[in-house]
Amino acid sequence: MKKGSQPTFEETAGRYIENAQLRWNIGHATRTIRDKRQLVVQELDDWEELREAGRQIKQKVMNSLDRYLLQLEKSVIKAGGVVHWATDAEDANRIITKLIKEKKETDVVKVKSITTDEIRLNRALENEGIHALETDLAELIVQLAGDEPSHILVPAIHKNRAEIRELFKDKLNLKELSDEPADLAEAARLYLRKNFLKANVGISGGNFAIAETGTVAVVESEGNGRMCTTLPEALITVLGIEKIVPEWKDLEVFMQLLPRSSTAERMNPYNTFWTGITEGDGPQEFHLVLLDNGRTNVLADETGRQTLHCIRCSACLNVCPVYERTGGHAYHSVYPGPIGAILTPQLRGLDDKSAASLPYASSLCGACYEVCPVKINIPEVLLHLRNRVVLHRKKEGGFRQKTDPVHLAMKFLARAFAKKSRYERLQKMGRTAQWFYEKDGAISNLPGELSKWTSIRDVKPVPDKTFREWWRER
Amino acid sequence: MNISLFITCFNDTLYPETGKAVVSILERLGHTVHFPMEQTCCGQMHYNTGYHEEIIPLVERFADQFENAEAVVSPSASCVGMIHEFYPKLAALSGSKVLQDRIDALIPKVHEFTMFLVNELKVEDVGAYYPHRVTYHSTCHSLRSLKIGDAPHRLLRNVKGIELVDLPGALECCGFGGTFALKNADTSAAMLGDKIRHIKETGAEVCTSADNSCLMHIGGALNRQRSGVKTVHMAEILNTTEEGAQV
Repeated sequence: MKKGSQPTFEETAGRYIENAQLRWNIGHATRTIRDKRQLVVQELDDWEELREAGRQIKQKVMNSLDRYLLQLEKSVIKAGGVVHWATDAEDANRIITKLIKEKKETDVVKVKSITTDEIRLNRALENEGIHALETDLAELIVQLAGDEPSHILVPAIHKNRAEIRELFKDKLNLKELSDEPADLAEAARLYLRKNFLKANVGISGGNFAIAETGTVAVVESEGNGRMCTTLPEALITVLGIEKIVPEWKDLEVFMQLLPRSSTAERMNPYNTFWTGITEGDGPQEFHLVLLDNGRTNVLADETGRQTLHCIRCSACLNVCPVYERTGGHAYHSVYPGPIGAILTPQLRGLDDKSAASLPYASSLCGACYEVCPVKINIPEVLLHLRNRVVLHRKKEGGFRQKTDPVHLAMKFLARAFAKKSRYERLQKMGRTAQWFYEKDGAISNLPGELSKWTSIRDVKPVPDKTFREWWRER
Repeated sequence: MNISLFITCFNDTLYPETGKAVVSILERLGHTVHFPMEQTCCGQMHYNTGYHEEIIPLVERFADQFENAEAVVSPSASCVGMIHEFYPKLAALSGSKVLQDRIDALIPKVHEFTMFLVNELKVEDVGAYYPHRVTYHSTCHSLRSLKIGDAPHRLLRNVKGIELVDLPGALECCGFGGTFALKNADTSAAMLGDKIRHIKETGAEVCTSADNSCLMHIGGALNRQRSGVKTVHMAEILNTTEEGAQV
């Protein structure tokens, strides 16, 4: 994708906000999961201690990521696996395509993995004549519809069951199908089952990789992940380099934090762990592709670094008042919501106008930070990135930057606030200038950028006397 | 006690009545209020929009004005949140160790008005009388940046004649977010629309909070819709007695 060829957040958010069906689907789904999460989190007396432990483990990993990565590589090789290093998406896709082609396969099965979505693996494979079948129910829905995921955990959150029924009837050639969730799941199950048994190569992401032992973990709800990681002869796992934990015992923390934060469950129904290969049991070939794709740039930023602590639970999406109204597609990234607003610009860089608009897609309400299981201070990173965006634009310079109304207003006001006499003159100017706009005690029609305010809100006129004038006369 | 008022540029210019109410309540409680005339703006709007380097002079200015105060009180939860959370970062950004030390020493003395009454002065009943149906909007900065707790509720519950009604979806943002309301006008409008709906559901005559910035946002829409609901800062409610507003 050409840099900056996607729209900014503010350019398309309105389009999604207006879609009543989408609003209802996402509002209903996020409210439900948000309330359930609250209940299972309240059960634990030590939730805050767990969050702090999760944060500290991740911080420890980031501080010595180079060392842990080498330790992981060594452990995986020792257990009979093969480790590949990919600097970017292209690199990773090339490695995976080559591995599948060597096995002369044209069809592979996939576990839901946002990291493979990030590198657009399915499209890259399709271009090489390889079909990757998504086996997670929601990912399958998105794939059959030719759509994009709109949520980290619930990729088809924007679709309701009536829409899914129509899709399945059409794409799976079913004459009769109800919109009951059980019937829809059964239809998918029958379709997927024969593909699981046929496939010789499985592709997965990973929730965690343990440096100490080389063990990789996938947690899921449907059992399709278990099938993909155990049935095929060969397994290829794509793992972002930040997914490492040092030791087995660290999982004690994350296996409590993750399910409660993501699906609002005490434990995931399926927790699959594998360490290299086991003779006569499961895949006899295991490839681990360690992906950078911008992550080391994030690591280099002292404030932004905490973004890499993310365990992809999506609790921040479910509490975000912005996400709840726009849905995931408005972010134009596989990582939507608050975490996407800080991760995407750091991964893609600020030359990408679409990504650079994301730190502004927040009212800074702070609900995301409150629920984050590893205590990523998302508002802090948002503000840090806004500053980086401003500095980046200043460096770019040019006519457009110099005449940007927001930039001019900020410069003007910073100057005015720096001196009492200028500040007081500005107060008087406001009072004089408003006579033109004030009508019956309200201002309802301001010009330029401010018209976005007065399109739905009145402005209270500046009163005759400021507080300081009253104080002086007192 | 000698209390220095940080009025904030916003209240100074647009909501002087809130400032007058704060002065009146503190004086009624037997304290002396000071108003350093050189104060201007905390720089929150700049900071939230990404302009950080520009407002280091405002941090210095704030320290100049208030570091000798016994206590600093401000009727704006978001400006106090800005000072507590981000002034240390800005002081660090300035590279001046002196400014960092000055800010570190000053911050514990800076209080949001309702928290100051309840937690510092230990006052929950200020003798107010306000015979109206009122709903309280807990602003995001009050809730999550300042951890305001139940200070406003304690004060409001002690107001005679008041009928307090819970606001549905109280923990949700009103969609203001400073320049967010302009930059992401569509999203802000959608959030505000839901907030207004909830306020109307309560049947309240008055929506109050510890911050005029959210109230300007909410009140702007209530006024445009001719809803008959008005927005009033908490200080003004607390300053109304059986003899009327005490200014």
